[in-house]
Amino acid sequence: MLIYLGKRLVYTIPIVIGVSIVCFALVHIAPGDPLVSVLPPDASEQLKQQMMKAYGFDRPYYEQFLLWCWRAIQGDLGTSIATGRAVASEVMRAVRNTLLLAVVATFIGFFFGLLFGFVAGYFRNSAIDKIASILSVIGVSVPHYWLGMVLVIIFSAQLNWLPPTGAGPGGSAEWRPDWAHFRHLILPAVTMSVIPMGIVARTIRALVADILSQDFVPALRAKGLSELGIFGHVVKNAAPTALAVMGLQLGYLLGGSILIETVFSWPGTGFLLNAAIFQRDLPLLQGTILVLALFFVLLNLIVDVVQTAIDPRIQRS
Amino acid sequence: MRTMFRPVLLAGALAIAGALMTTTSLMAQEKVLRIGMTAADIPRTHGQPDQGFEGNRFTGIPMYDGLVNWDLSKTDGPSVIIPGLALSWEVDATDKNKWVFKLRPGVKFHDGSAFNAAAVVWNVQKVLDQNAAHFDQSQVGVTVSRMPNLLSARAIDDLTVELTTRNPDSFLPINLTNLFMASPAHWQKLLGEVPASVTDPKARAAAAWTAFAGTPSGTGPFRGVRLVPRERFEMVANKEYWDTARRPKVDRVVLLPLPEANARTAALLSGQVDWIEAPAPDAVAQITSRGFKMYTNAQPHVWPWQFSFREGSPFVDRRVRHAANLCINRDELKTLLSGLMEVPRGTYPPGHPWWGNPTFEIKYDLATARRLMTEAGYSAQRPVNVKVLTSASGSGQMQPIVMNEWLQQALKECFFNVELEVAEWNAVFNNWREGAGSPGSRGANATNVTFSAMDPFFGMMRFVTRQANPPASNNWGFFNFDEFDQLAATARSTFDDAGRDRALAALHKRIVEEAPFLWVAHDVGPRAMSARVTGVVQPRSWFIDITTMDIRPGS
Repeated sequence: MLIYLGKRLVYTIPIVIGVSIVCFALVHIAPGDPLVSVLPPDASEQLKQQMMKAYGFDRPYYEQFLLWCWRAIQGDLGTSIATGRAVASEVMRAVRNTLLLAVVATFIGFFFGLLFGFVAGYFRNSAIDKIASILSVIGVSVPHYWLGMVLVIIFSAQLNWLPPTGAGPGGSAEWRPDWAHFRHLILPAVTMSVIPMGIVARTIRALVADILSQDFVPALRAKGLSELGIFGHVVKNAAPTALAVMGLQLGYLLGGSILIETVFSWPGTGFLLNAAIFQRDLPLLQGTILVLALFFVLLNLIVDVVQTAIDPRIQRS
Repeated sequence: MRTMFRPVLLAGALAIAGALMTTTSLMAQEKVLRIGMTAADIPRTHGQPDQGFEGNRFTGIPMYDGLVNWDLSKTDGPSVIIPGLALSWEVDATDKNKWVFKLRPGVKFHDGSAFNAAAVVWNVQKVLDQNAAHFDQSQVGVTVSRMPNLLSARAIDDLTVELTTRNPDSFLPINLTNLFMASPAHWQKLLGEVPASVTDPKARAAAAWTAFAGTPSGTGPFRGVRLVPRERFEMVANKEYWDTARRPKVDRVVLLPLPEANARTAALLSGQVDWIEAPAPDAVAQITSRGFKMYTNAQPHVWPWQFSFREGSPFVDRRVRHAANLCINRDELKTLLSGLMEVPRGTYPPGHPWWGNPTFEIKYDLATARRLMTEAGYSAQRPVNVKVLTSASGSGQMQPIVMNEWLQQALKECFFNVELEVAEWNAVFNNWREGAGSPGSRGANATNVTFSAMDPFFGMMRFVTRQANPPASNNWGFFNFDEFDQLAATARSTFDDAGRDRALAALHKRIVEEAPFLWVAHDVGPRAMSARVTGVVQPRSWFIDITTMDIRPGS
């Protein structure tokens, strides 16, 4: 197991290097002026050159890249051009907010996804299966930003039950686990949970249906095992695949959603990315993408390790 | 047991009721105005805001003053400059590069330190003197580009300061509305609090500015008290504000960045905020039907097509330019935009000091437009092909696709065959400084980049002088005529206010007559507010004065 873990850790090194190169290259390939947030379009050419030099954009790309990597290794992701604040602190604050949202959305999405998936798979071709399948297909198909807007129209603009924007009455800096703050979470979390719910439900349904059709199930029944006992075996067999799917979905959720966080003005990584893109704030953009990519790499590693612990066949292969 | 329990219960109920009443009473006492901005982040709060003029509107003007301020007290006339922290100013009679500003006595910064000539010098140095300890590169871009000729400042006495420009420049007082006065004493105090472990002087200065942004100190009617980056910024009333007529009526202002128009609208409708900037146009009917108030007024903003004068462009012919301006029924466009635009008569409207009464009238006159096109050699059988560079979105662009497609249809009536070249906003924007004929212009005969016209340089000069040809500035179409260079030079070197305005009016008159633009619309700065917000004065400006506003108690 330790050897496997060591190997997987070594594999992540080229991935991280690749990710950092892609991050850097992507933001520099995109059109636009990196100083647009601090330099109005009517600024003189002389002033523009002065600013380019001051921010180091006059240096060759490879030099900028190496400097950025060297600082990133030391935990310094640079300074936001637009705000002058440290990128690391901006990203960490946003990650914390996205984590909060993602955890709640994960709970909702996985709970209903697993429920619908197991019920539909266990009672396949029944009315319950059809209802659960329809709900999961809707979950996968509906554009979540559209759903977010519809929920805002119904529950905020019309009924006035829930706030449509923000992370709390005093902002995320004062987040507390009370109703005043939790009500800000409900709409974005529900909106965010819809896609993972649909994907998890559909995957689990197919998996359960497949497992139930295997030979060992009638054999268990023939040996007199109760339905609950058989269900336990189904769950155990479905667990590795379910974990892989859920891990990937959790990764997507932790990455935040530009659309959902923008619709609800939720101060997470998606909202931060949106701002960074529109302001062409390269250090902020690079830093945020890098941190999110590393999150994804880390999450995949954890999922792989957990999967291997559950199912030794993976380790052997 | 029962008798013992009753007094305890009563005492508890009374305590809770008392606490609730106290809380309710405190909440009722404080008048809080909550604003949903279009910006995705709180504009910088240290005195030189970013986020364009929305920054100046919300974290500049409320907390700081310039030597010269904008008059935001009128709805029915142009917003003009008025004395701010300077009582008066005049150019040196012998050396037109030097200006003397007499400062307002008795003004204090929010931290209690005195505003004086040394503070002015310090604030000029913060963006112009790279050797100054408090020089801040991040403030340079947004400031220096708006006062390109200012060179330095020198204190003559405690309340007199001399400013020096590179060249004689009569626009300096207008430019100075963009230089806000931050407190040197407060910055110095914050510098002293930077940990000793930070040894690099530049890093220490940057840390002091970051701290300054969290606890800003200016001379304005509001004082910044709480910053949650990207989420909210709170200001409280400065009850000691030097201009007693502009002491705030609300106690606290909360700024919330809500960049998505539908989210802003929902926040207003659900009572989460009291005021939103730029509501979604198709939500206006719903907003007003729910009892909210819409405020609009013509802004010094121009939504144009800027014509190319390069060889081969059909717009080289003045008859074609005039025809385009006469061919479109702007009232129809106004209906299409739910009334959220003003019909332009030029860059500046009649009544503005720089209007100038041009002989060419911008209006809808289809017959004349067609006649001009026929004279220029075009007809339904032989239409003129024009290509227009535009974007799908962008700051100040309003609804570019809808508006350009409407123009495309309308101009067909006058034998224009318009091809729209839609590019990414940054690409269009950057091309503004590359000029027509450059590869980035993609062969366009006109470009569609909106602009602010608060200042005569940004409203006129940069489009009609040779000095402003790309890449120096935004004369994208290379509109180059000696007459215009001369008119601009005269305006820039006329130092009495009335004479300068006359020179600018003469320039504007000729610009409208020569029509280097198709003037399509002025934005009206739409904002929607709760009916509880009273005393709103929406001037003809990009800015608005929050101090006139009050808020009635209510849910």
